[in-house]
Amino acid sequence: MQHTKFTGKRANQALFFTLFRLMSYLVVGILFCIIGFIVIRGIGVINWEFLTTAPKDGMTKGGIFPAIVGTFYLVIGSMIVAFPIGVMSGIYMNEYATNKYIVRVIRVMTNNLGGIPSIVFGLFGMSLFVNKLHFGDSLLAGSFTLGLLALPLIIRVTEEALKAIPDTYRHGSLALGATKLTTIRKVILPAAFPNVMTGLILSVGRVSGETAPILFTAAAYFLPHLPTSVFDQVMALPYHLYVIATSGTDLEATRPMAYGTAIVLIAIVLIMNLLANVVRRKFSK
Amino acid sequence: MKLEAKNVNFFYGDFHALKDINMQIDSNSVTAFIGPSGCGKSTFLRLFNRMNDLIDGTHLDGECIVGDQNIYDKSVSVDELRTTVGMVFQKPNPFPKSIFENVAYGLRVNGVNDKKIITETVEKSLRQAALWEEVKDKLKKSAFELSGGQQQRLCIARALAISPSVLLMDEPASALDPISTSKIEELIFQLKHDYTVVIVTHNMQQAARVSDKTGFFMLGELIEFNDTKKIFLNPDKEQTQNYITGRFG
Repeated sequence: MQHTKFTGKRANQALFFTLFRLMSYLVVGILFCIIGFIVIRGIGVINWEFLTTAPKDGMTKGGIFPAIVGTFYLVIGSMIVAFPIGVMSGIYMNEYATNKYIVRVIRVMTNNLGGIPSIVFGLFGMSLFVNKLHFGDSLLAGSFTLGLLALPLIIRVTEEALKAIPDTYRHGSLALGATKLTTIRKVILPAAFPNVMTGLILSVGRVSGETAPILFTAAAYFLPHLPTSVFDQVMALPYHLYVIATSGTDLEATRPMAYGTAIVLIAIVLIMNLLANVVRRKFSK
Repeated sequence: MKLEAKNVNFFYGDFHALKDINMQIDSNSVTAFIGPSGCGKSTFLRLFNRMNDLIDGTHLDGECIVGDQNIYDKSVSVDELRTTVGMVFQKPNPFPKSIFENVAYGLRVNGVNDKKIITETVEKSLRQAALWEEVKDKLKKSAFELSGGQQQRLCIARALAISPSVLLMDEPASALDPISTSKIEELIFQLKHDYTVVIVTHNMQQAARVSDKTGFFMLGELIEFNDTKKIFLNPDKEQTQNYITGRFG
């Protein structure tokens, strides 16, 4: 009698756990499918020449080196814009703001900023940086636009990282006669560093793949030289992929290059995520 | 350095946490505050290095005097005050830094940069805290590798490194095992030669062992304040007698 009373519950639980497990495998499976699909079609193109030389013969030969360099510059530029502002905002919100209501408003606004579609960022970037401020289509305009895109993420990550530091450290430091600023600089920020770094690395992964913000602010289809000033246009991996997959003189011939570009992009994001994990684990000891 | 409280009334928002406290504490003595949970003894302790300032909505009427200066006067620099009045907290809270850097921290943030002075002071403070022999070969190791009792002695060394005149200790041994506790009590006894020590404790035996004078608090009031011997053997007030003998609290 006891036995039959409880069997139903156990069977029910087993059924749901199996369902949950299948769903998880499905997600992993989808990821492998996407990566696999692209790798199979593009791996043939990946070689040293591909990664280190410029495109030739209307993109059918050569490599994507300028696009890699351009993406690299854009990432650095956007981080120079977003990182200081983002970290300082996070510090203000968690350490200095006394009015809880204001902090909440700022947080809501920041989240809204994070929800704005990237193409809208692109349009805004074009109006403000390219046109009004006369940066022109440039690395500078692209960096600022991408920087704005990355800002909400960095602010949020910084805030979370600071919140996780126990107040006992702050009290211990203040009780020794340190000012609030010194406490933040010498105890709180160093302790929050791993998590803030993780946020930085994750934003790098995100920013390298964004196409819309650089569409009308920085990216060019083909440039004969590498950029030498911040006012130059740049080639960039996501834009390059878009262009050789949809326009150009010989789509069939350039198709493998598109897949190859996609592989490089995915590789960058995966490496960044891995790096973020390593950094987080190394500093958590 | 002497401490004095004059007509102290303290509020957390609307809550009247300390009522008409008057007390004088002599230099180079150990004073213990005892009383049931929530009676205000930690709040009163924290008045003297203005740590209550960190809590929103607090308010003080009356004077708290350290030396001959009312420390709540507008002209007083809180940071400077805290280099004169140090604090050790209930739960050991070493920074996520090396043992050496923990003790050196107070010196560095107060403008001391001379490597020789820092090294000498760190050793002196660790000796004062009876921790030097145990850590002298691993000063660069993380403070978290120490046991709880050692961490607390590290925090004491850290507080002593900036040569305060007063040391406030908020239940310094309550999170520790008996052996660490007795080491710390011995330490407190030694410290009174050079410092004015005020210690909040739940442990009445500890108060009896270690202090010269004892103050008994209850529900925000200072019920009785006298020589420790008198408080524990022959208290004036009945409430004190009841608390000491464990009839309540």
